[in-house]
Amino acid sequence: MIRLENVSKLFAGIARAAVDSLDLSVPEGRTCVLIGPSGCGKTTTMRMVNRLIEPSSGRIIVEGEDVTQADPVLLRRRIGYVIQQVGLFPHMTIAENVATVPKLLGWPAEKIRSRSEEMLALVGLEPAQFLSRYPRHLSGGQRQRVGVARALAADPPVMLMDEPFGAVDPVVRGRLQEEFVAILRRLKKTVIFVTHDIDEAIRMGDVVAIMKDGRLVQYDTPDRLLAAPADAFVADFVGADAALRRLSLVSAADAVEEGAPESSDLRLPASANLRNVLSALLTEGRDGATIVDDESRPLGRITLAAIRARSAGRPAEP
Amino acid sequence: MLDWISANPRIFWTAVENHLWLSGVALLAVMLIALPLGLALTRHRSLANSAIAIVNILRTVPSLALLVIMLPVLGTGFLPSVVALTLYGLPALLLNTYTGLTEVDRDIVEAARGQGLSDVQVMTRIEIPLALPVIFAGIRTAAVQVVSAATLAAFIGGGGLGELITAGMANFNFPQLIAGAVAVALLALLVEIGFASVERVMTRSARMGA
Ligand SMILES: Nc1ncnc2c1ncn2[C@@H]1O[C@H](COP(=O)(O)OP(=O)(O)O)[C@@H](O)[C@H]1O
Ligand SMILES: [Mg+2]
Repeated sequence: MIRLENVSKLFAGIARAAVDSLDLSVPEGRTCVLIGPSGCGKTTTMRMVNRLIEPSSGRIIVEGEDVTQADPVLLRRRIGYVIQQVGLFPHMTIAENVATVPKLLGWPAEKIRSRSEEMLALVGLEPAQFLSRYPRHLSGGQRQRVGVARALAADPPVMLMDEPFGAVDPVVRGRLQEEFVAILRRLKKTVIFVTHDIDEAIRMGDVVAIMKDGRLVQYDTPDRLLAAPADAFVADFVGADAALRRLSLVSAADAVEEGAPESSDLRLPASANLRNVLSALLTEGRDGATIVDDESRPLGRITLAAIRARSAGRPAEP
Repeated sequence: MLDWISANPRIFWTAVENHLWLSGVALLAVMLIALPLGLALTRHRSLANSAIAIVNILRTVPSLALLVIMLPVLGTGFLPSVVALTLYGLPALLLNTYTGLTEVDRDIVEAARGQGLSDVQVMTRIEIPLALPVIFAGIRTAAVQVVSAATLAAFIGGGGLGELITAGMANFNFPQLIAGAVAVALLALLVEIGFASVERVMTRSARMGA
């Protein structure tokens, strides 16, 4: 768990606070996405958590410990850290890069080796093929995978990720988002994830914190954020597509209703989300779809009317 | 020329030996001063600008002028020559040490700090290894400069191969003069080639897996 209590940051010589009286709490094992326009204080907020920046006032608690009381170097070894530019060490192999924190912590060599292999496999890189390579031989997406493997290597309970997929192309970004959201949930990491991309925010976040001028404007689940923006700024930020984005949060498997397949139905897989279903129905000019599982067995139906009703529905209370 | 050397082996080899001592001691002093100073300047950016301005002025002073300026301050002989040569070789290495370190990608340093490397570890494991090729190029430049400029030490009684040249000129002894000049040229060339090949090996292992 990460908790910020009334945290502010004033940089020397700049009148306006970069972060202004921020209260924020990220529950154990959840991902909180910080989002907002450039310069709103996202990076500053994140860097105060591992004390790369010292707060001007307020308290920050990580895993029950006040970070201002901790030794910053030791603190950082307990917090995974991933940045957009990745920052792999170019003069070290992938194995040495991934082993950075375990080595600092004095793990035995054998344990470090097996852990590095495990981490590479986890992020989808074949260990035998990559361990002895150098960063410059990797693609942007592969480097970012190594960056995440390095941050996870010592199994920190908490991860800080600053626009980690900002520099990779959209196709690779989508794949990385999907894979890493699954990994972070499975490992039950408590994560602060910074982005300026609303689609990324609702895909990665259990909760989303929207910031503006150093202040927190709304802190909510992705669904509530899209359905009930707190003010015009948030409404503008989540965009005119908010209704469609909401639909993309719901998987077809979760939305099926009882009903026998009709002959005019489309057949769509359970892995689709409601936005995909709506798009397919409109494209094909149908009123309903039969949702099928991996073995093509029908699970139930989703109709246009049901999608409309869901879209009008109030979001679940958090 | 070779006849002169075989006729005066002692004079020739003493001059070579003196020359190497002069250059070696001066280069060592350059490294002992420039490496830590360059490192310290990266930690005090405000000081760095004025230091670099001074060093750039120092760089424009001709080597002979530097030697002659030393004359009233330190007198003549080996030590004043070493001091002058040290001042002469200093700028190249100091500038390369400073720029090499400051040009290390800030994102890499940021990532290193974020993983929990201490300031000293960031310096020894990240910044210095990554700056090494540039620093080493500075050592090479300083070495070649010092070896060449050491010829002028003869003007203030510092010895070295320059003595063969000045004596050769004074006595119209052309073989002696040529022996001194060719030996200096060869020495500078050897230093250049030697350092350049070490540099190549180092750069290869630094950028490993080329
Ligand atoms: N080291 C610094 N010194 C002075 N101002 C800074 C510094 N870092 C960030 N700022 C300012 O603080 C504000 C917030 O920056 P930042 O947290 O990087 O924003 P974001 O990550 O949301 O784009 C900006 O106005 C930025 O110019
Ligand atoms: Mg930022």
